[in-house]
Amino acid sequence: MKTVISRSQVKGDFVSKVAEISGENFFNCYQCGNCSAGCPSVDEMDLLPSQVVRYLQLGLVEEVKSCKSMWVCAACMMCHARCPKGVDISKIMEALRVLRLREVGAEAHIDVTDFSDDYLARAPQIAMISGYRKFLPL
Amino acid sequence: MEKKLGVFICWCGSNIASSVDVDKAVAEAKKLDGVVHAENYMYMCSDPGQQKVKDTISEKGLDGVVVACCSPRMHENTFRKAAGSVGLNSYLLEIANIREQCSWVHQNNKPLATAKAVSIIEGTLDKVKENLPLETITIDLTKRVCVVGGGIAGIMSALDLANAGYEVAIIEKEPAIGGHMAQISQTFPFFQNVPQLLQKKIEEVNANPRIKLYLNSEVDVLEGYVGNFNVTIRTQPAFVDPAKCTACGKCLEVCPVSVADEFNRGLSRRGAIFRYNQTEAARIPVLMQSDCLYFSAAEVADATSCRACADICPEQAIDLDSIRTLNDEFVGAIVMATGYDLYSPLKMPEYGAGQLPDVIDALAFERLLDPSGPTGGQVVRPSDGRVPKHVVFIQCVGSRDPERHKAYCSRACCMYTAKQARLYRQQVKDGTAYISYMDIRSDSRGFEEFVQQGMEQENLVYIRGRVAKVIAEGDYLRVFTADTLSSRQMEIEADLVVLAMAMEPKAGTRELAKKMNVTIDGDAFLSETHIKLYPVESSTKGVYLAGCGQSPKDITDTVSQALATAGKIQLMFSNETLIADPLIAEVKSDVCSGCGICIEICPYGARLMNNFTRISDVNQAVCQGCGACIAACPNKACELINSTSRQFIRMIGDFAGKAEAV
Repeated sequence: MKTVISRSQVKGDFVSKVAEISGENFFNCYQCGNCSAGCPSVDEMDLLPSQVVRYLQLGLVEEVKSCKSMWVCAACMMCHARCPKGVDISKIMEALRVLRLREVGAEAHIDVTDFSDDYLARAPQIAMISGYRKFLPL
Repeated sequence: MEKKLGVFICWCGSNIASSVDVDKAVAEAKKLDGVVHAENYMYMCSDPGQQKVKDTISEKGLDGVVVACCSPRMHENTFRKAAGSVGLNSYLLEIANIREQCSWVHQNNKPLATAKAVSIIEGTLDKVKENLPLETITIDLTKRVCVVGGGIAGIMSALDLANAGYEVAIIEKEPAIGGHMAQISQTFPFFQNVPQLLQKKIEEVNANPRIKLYLNSEVDVLEGYVGNFNVTIRTQPAFVDPAKCTACGKCLEVCPVSVADEFNRGLSRRGAIFRYNQTEAARIPVLMQSDCLYFSAAEVADATSCRACADICPEQAIDLDSIRTLNDEFVGAIVMATGYDLYSPLKMPEYGAGQLPDVIDALAFERLLDPSGPTGGQVVRPSDGRVPKHVVFIQCVGSRDPERHKAYCSRACCMYTAKQARLYRQQVKDGTAYISYMDIRSDSRGFEEFVQQGMEQENLVYIRGRVAKVIAEGDYLRVFTADTLSSRQMEIEADLVVLAMAMEPKAGTRELAKKMNVTIDGDAFLSETHIKLYPVESSTKGVYLAGCGQSPKDITDTVSQALATAGKIQLMFSNETLIADPLIAEVKSDVCSGCGICIEICPYGARLMNNFTRISDVNQAVCQGCGACIAACPNKACELINSTSRQFIRMIGDFAGKAEAV
């Protein structure tokens, strides 16, 4: 569990891109954990929302890039509503998704035709839209 | 006759010398009109530096001096005293600020910084040329004190002053002194019994003939100035005559009203006539006019007024027709010990306070711990009286939240939460205390040890993370939180939740500060003059600050500050009169038309219309030399002594001329 922060890792390009796209300053975060305490999607996450921000503060890019949490985030914005420092983590998660999708390129994770008519009738519109956004190529 | 001028340029170590060429500045200064001496030195404010100034004044017979150094706030007094000691009138010495206003802000351009320093010196020399020799003003001093607020800060300040021989008036809004300290059970870090500590001090106040208590009272109007304040005190009617009342308690039994008791933070009920708290000093009942049926009935036609308490009183001690009174206290100094309120838990709806009876604030928990409190010192749930086995203490509630609440740290909560959790665990052996925290701030003697003992001996479970919400589930509470140390979201099933609410200035501090002419910060805390060097002085001379009205703090710090105000006031009272700078406004009586604009504009009430001459006079003792009347006068009839418009126009000419040359 040892991490060496090397000179090349700190302030990498990825971190500044996340900051630029999200428009959020990670260093506003003082790691109180309120986002993680109230997030309804934590059960399926591998990193807590506060941990995602923590790794960005430390410049530990690989941990963030490979995390499941950004895909699990439903952008309900409860974290932003409760954050005492006004950090909008849903924007950070979105920036991570955007960067990740650009990096990964054109690979479809789902096939729309796999969904049954019954499921499509039941699925909420917003879920479909966010599903397309996350799992289909750009 | 032209003045013989001297210029003394300070290096301030490297503060000035690294960005201003001090040798060149001396050479340039020597060329200026009227300058007979110029030199530089590494630290002009040091003893040898001051000696140079003194020697040169004597040897060369200087009658005007400019010291080019730091801000006049730092050393104007130092050099004026030095000049005065060798016979030069102090007001013929001026400071040219070439540090804050030059070297510090132009660190990367030495030629420009040097040129600017020279022009600041030149301008200041031109001012000195027209400065008049002046004498200080003497002001009468009334050696009495008014203390606003009868909490522990006000009590300690008043006791020291009274014991030093001065008369003190304490103005207390509530029906009893003691403040919030009277609500607290035990102290940290030594578990001392607060009621005992406080009772002793209250008895000392009551026994001291020099202290006069104004209970149920507030400041109505403040007039005057340092040494000569007139405080008008508005006192609400007491209704119960303490001379007749035997504290038999019959009135308490017959009162038909039942409302939540504020002192017990709503954990008990009281009548409209009630004992304010359990202290001996409050054994005489008080009547709350806003709750009493006698007064509410007066507003409803045909209603029968309730007089149950007055009728049953065997001593006829209750007079429902008492009226409020106004009293004047003439004092030389004022202590503002106005204290705090807890930030309202109702502003944290996500924690359910106000809706869930078992979510209480920290002062309510103190009432549960107090043996003379509503539960006799037993920690039980307000909802059903059960002993809680899982208690969650939440720190930083409303504090450290710049986005929605208070940005500041409330300073005392880490410690009192540790104390409360330890006292709970000492009482409930099979209970568990969880403390939700972000950081543990235990930065005073014995504090860190106290917190660690809590973990070691009472097994307090500290969970690092801010709580998101608290909801009711069945007959218990569910606390949603996270532990960032183990990277887990957590839910705790709790019986009782205690909120360590932020401290904020007492309601009404903003309005009172306006009356007292004292500045406040963005959170309405009373502001000191200088956070390091003048920590108990307010922006108004003669008004001092102590306790939580100035910033959140614990009892230790509050008492230190209170004693400091007493020390400061005794220092002031060690003189028979006060001395003030004569650098104030004056009126040219042949120009003033008596329009009165200056009277309205003066923030200190220093301008008054003279009814005989019909021109506007300056009260020398009150005028602070701010210059507002000079700017406002349509006839240019007022001038600031030694800062006249003529002097300033010449100075501006000097600066503007130099700017063109560069």
